[in-house]
Amino acid sequence: MLKVRGLTKRYGATEVVRNLDLTVQRGECFGLLGPNGAGKTTTLRLLLGLIEPDAGSIELAGIAVPQCAREARMKIGVVPQMDNLDPDFSVRENLLAYGRYFGMSKAAITARVPELLDFAGLASKADARIVQLSGGMKRRLTLARALVHDPDILFLDEPTTGLDPQARHLIWQGLRRLTGAGKTIVLTTHFMDEAERLADRLAILDHGRVVAEGAPRALIESHIEPAVVEVFGEGLADWTHAHAAALCQRFETVGETLFCYTDSPDTVIGVLKQTPALRYLHRPSNLEDVFLKLTGRDLRD
Amino acid sequence: MHAFLRLPRLSWRFIPVWQRNYLVWRKLALPSILGNLADPMLYMLGLGYGLGSLLPDVGGMPYLTFLAAGTVAYSTMNAATFEVLYSSFSRMHVQRTWDAILNAPMTLDDVMLGELSWAASKSLLSGLAILAVIWGLGLYGNFWMTLWLIPLVALVGFCFGGMGLVMNAVSPSYDFFLYYFTLAITPMVLLCGVFFPVSQLPQVVQGVSAWLPLTHAIDLARPLVVGEVPGHIALHVIALLIYGSLGYVVALALTRRRLLK
Repeated sequence: MLKVRGLTKRYGATEVVRNLDLTVQRGECFGLLGPNGAGKTTTLRLLLGLIEPDAGSIELAGIAVPQCAREARMKIGVVPQMDNLDPDFSVRENLLAYGRYFGMSKAAITARVPELLDFAGLASKADARIVQLSGGMKRRLTLARALVHDPDILFLDEPTTGLDPQARHLIWQGLRRLTGAGKTIVLTTHFMDEAERLADRLAILDHGRVVAEGAPRALIESHIEPAVVEVFGEGLADWTHAHAAALCQRFETVGETLFCYTDSPDTVIGVLKQTPALRYLHRPSNLEDVFLKLTGRDLRD
Repeated sequence: MHAFLRLPRLSWRFIPVWQRNYLVWRKLALPSILGNLADPMLYMLGLGYGLGSLLPDVGGMPYLTFLAAGTVAYSTMNAATFEVLYSSFSRMHVQRTWDAILNAPMTLDDVMLGELSWAASKSLLSGLAILAVIWGLGLYGNFWMTLWLIPLVALVGFCFGGMGLVMNAVSPSYDFFLYYFTLAITPMVLLCGVFFPVSQLPQVVQGVSAWLPLTHAIDLARPLVVGEVPGHIALHVIALLIYGSLGYVVALALTRRRLLK
């Protein structure tokens, strides 16, 4: 569905996207992960043909981008990072106006509106103004708007940022229905749980390059030990010095917490229990551990 | 850099953008009409009667007629300018409506042509309102001749819409537009013969005035109101077209750099 080869984009001397290769199959949900400034949004803009690459090729449903960006965009639905619903229109009018940008006739859009409102759970809000909607409703409407022309592939740029847990679950539910119906999804996020939950495969981007790619479970298994024990409390430094190297395959101290990556958490916990001043949290390792291992813990602004 | 400078590719796809603005306008038509049309009309009638009663003929016609012809051009200029400055800026920068449209199979060329044509439409409306007053008060020389004012106001709207889009492209905020009004629009109102004949100005200033787009608009509008064939029609029309299209092309290049970097 989507084939990207050697994609490169420079701004001045900085390479924002470096020699990127991606392949996404039809019906797949593909996650693009990365810290702020890793090149996720630039990649999406390149895929849409909004900006021109300095090198490389993009093929979307067999259509070359940016050469035939207009044709390609007929097949793409976009949910942008920032809500840009039309505040001068009601919920229904937003869908009507947006369909016209795809050259759809009023009759064709009108016929589609009930289904879209139903999908977004906004049937009762059809005539509401945008300011009257909650953050979750706005996101759902943006998602419905992206589907107005029945695209084959959806680009979602951090679709659940700023939403409460209930609203996020509703969006996830909607996205799973879409992949169930054979739509292809490309999703950027910095929520690891979101990526783990939704993505069939994902790529972790850092400084414009892919640093890891694969199914979430496979990435966790291949990059990181199966369990993590997080240790914190009085006397952590002494304990780390005395035991960490012997007990864990890998460890690191971040602020006042020691992260112990291990195959045998029970052994670590057994030793920890001898030092009651220390508290600990034992959990299976997850995508976030992989992400932090690969992209580091430095703040990216 | 060169990608920003590519010449515009015009297509009919600008129509949904025009239509979007029209549908929004229709919701707020009444306050919008009051805001856009009442103001120039009050000036025209207030000054025309108030000041006009003190004056002999100005430029060979009653002052109210003189002023009415100036107001046709001036209100049209304002209507287009306000539209592409404040309203387009809201849609581009504040509401991010343009971003949403650009994710559809639309280009910035289409979006800005839609905005420009909408600004010209607002100008047409504004011009028609003044024209209605001119007809109502019988301020014209030849009714059929005044019908030429209808395409003229649309052209004036196109001209100032294109120029205003350049300001829209470079503006960081609404406050910036004040410079344009203070440095371009207001001087034009005073130098181009809206309130008094350009011949009253010093020779040097008259030379400057001859180059300004509002002068070209008024040089066409005023003869049409009194029922004469304007002189140098081609020159004035071409000047207005050049100002407008050049504005659109420059604005498009600058906006590409602004939004698509």
